[in-house]
Amino acid sequence: MNMNFSAASNVNASKNAHSNVVIDCNLDKVFYGDFLAVRDSHVPIQKGQITGFIGPSGCGKSTVLRCLNRMNDLIEGFRFEGNVHFNNQDVYHKTVDPVVVRRYIGMVFQQPNPFAMSIFDNVAFGLRLNRFKGDIAECVENALKKAALWGEVKDKLKASGLSLSGGQQQRLCIARAIATEPAVVLMDEPCSALDPISTRRIEELMIELKEKYTIALVTHNMQQAKRVADKTAFLSVEISEGGRTGYLVELGETSQIFDDPKEELTQQYIRGEFS
Amino acid sequence: MNAFEQTVAGEQISGPPSQTDYLLDRSFRGLATVCAWLILIVVGLILWKIGAKAVPAISEYQLGFLTGTTWDVNKQVYGILPEIWGTLYSSILALIIGGFFGITMAIFLTQDFLPPRIALVFRTIIELLAAIPSVVYGLWGIYVVIPFVRPIADWLNAEFGWIPFFSTTLSGPGMLPAALVLSIMILPTIAAVSQDALRMVPYRIKEAAYGLGANRWEVILKVMLSTASTGIFGSLVLGFGRALGETMALAMLIGNSNQLSLSLFSPGNTLAALLALNFPEAGQHEIPVLMYAALVLLLITFVVNMAGTAIMTMTSKQLKAGR
Repeated sequence: MNMNFSAASNVNASKNAHSNVVIDCNLDKVFYGDFLAVRDSHVPIQKGQITGFIGPSGCGKSTVLRCLNRMNDLIEGFRFEGNVHFNNQDVYHKTVDPVVVRRYIGMVFQQPNPFAMSIFDNVAFGLRLNRFKGDIAECVENALKKAALWGEVKDKLKASGLSLSGGQQQRLCIARAIATEPAVVLMDEPCSALDPISTRRIEELMIELKEKYTIALVTHNMQQAKRVADKTAFLSVEISEGGRTGYLVELGETSQIFDDPKEELTQQYIRGEFS
Repeated sequence: MNAFEQTVAGEQISGPPSQTDYLLDRSFRGLATVCAWLILIVVGLILWKIGAKAVPAISEYQLGFLTGTTWDVNKQVYGILPEIWGTLYSSILALIIGGFFGITMAIFLTQDFLPPRIALVFRTIIELLAAIPSVVYGLWGIYVVIPFVRPIADWLNAEFGWIPFFSTTLSGPGMLPAALVLSIMILPTIAAVSQDALRMVPYRIKEAAYGLGANRWEVILKVMLSTASTGIFGSLVLGFGRALGETMALAMLIGNSNQLSLSLFSPGNTLAALLALNFPEAGQHEIPVLMYAALVLLLITFVVNMAGTAIMTMTSKQLKAGR
């Protein structure tokens, strides 16, 4: 385990104060095998903000997000050019264990994916992985409260996580991700499988959570980015040799991207001319 | 053609299914129903026949048959407690050994430890184990396993003879070689069904565990195994059921002696071996007794399978519905 990286979240906080960038993502080229999935996407993730990634299907939003906590390492044939820094430390440095990266940069997935265990054990899972010595029950309660799920499950913590509805399951997954207090939470289309009411709740939740956590949000829903994101990155897709390659078109304040987009492509996308 | 079908008949490509389609559909459904019932009827007939033939013995020996420990044809004293014990003991031992290795192999072959092509080779080899005839296992046990375990057994008996499991010497055939061979025989079942269970775990569950910062072993031990636990338990039930009924290899390896011992090295007997060895020379009076023993074996496998299924449905319900 790399001590520099582990200590990074504390030591480098001051170093970074002027820029406030938690994750500096500089992806020049991302390959799956021979296929170029994403090119030229440089997106700094600001501390305490929600950074939204929007764009048409296949534009590589999820790929970019998964580069940030090295989830792509699990995919065979993945390689990339460029670099990703977390608090000025190279996330892909050869001494950095991807397991450690994922402990500091948590993730919520597109499909709710609670484990086949009790609600309590689901939330406690990360705490136990980290060999947390404090009061697990208290942390579980706090995480569930922050995820706005406590009221609904406090009387059935022993029930299976799979017994909850889709929206509840996704909030359970959010609780599980934030229980260990990671510095950044990556959310990969967290509402795509949910109904409008659950979506609303989770959006409210994101806005509450950004007080304490930095969030990177991939969404297929432009309106969602408009509602919750502080900064928005618009990615598009072009037909390239051997497939479709995504790239960053424009990055800016959410209001600027939606009200006054600089690029022609962004304007077309915002107007709904393609999706 | 009814009124509904007539409304646009002739103008469209679409039309109702033909009479032949209906006939095929109906006859297939009929065939499936008959097959389903046939299974029940065959099982019922087997029970009925064995039960009817066992009646004289049941009325004569009653439940004492289950607790008696001698089998003497000349004196007409019969008891199958040593056989019941031997059946359960050898199967449980085989389940422990075969279960451990079977589940380990299933993990090894499904969790990306090997390139897919090599994993396939291993999987095929394990499945081939199921195709080896029982009698070949028996011979292998006699000529390979027994000579191999004998020095180990002698040493254990000499050094740790005070432990009940090692309290006798291995005179050749015995519980340990029988259980070892039996465990290899049930290994393909356990490994195959456990592999299916592990492969059924959705990728997103694995991803969730990695996303929380779990390393490979934490993912496997804490998430994959618990998610697949129902299926893995099912594989153990199937393996145990197979071990209970296994006959030939055990008849060759277990020693066929009416002993009731905890010792792994002592010879013993099982119900299936008892039946196989005694039927050919059974007299008028012995046949109902053997039928009675067969009924007991049937009952044991039935209870084990039912209990296994019940536990599986209970846990999978708990996993899905909670509470």
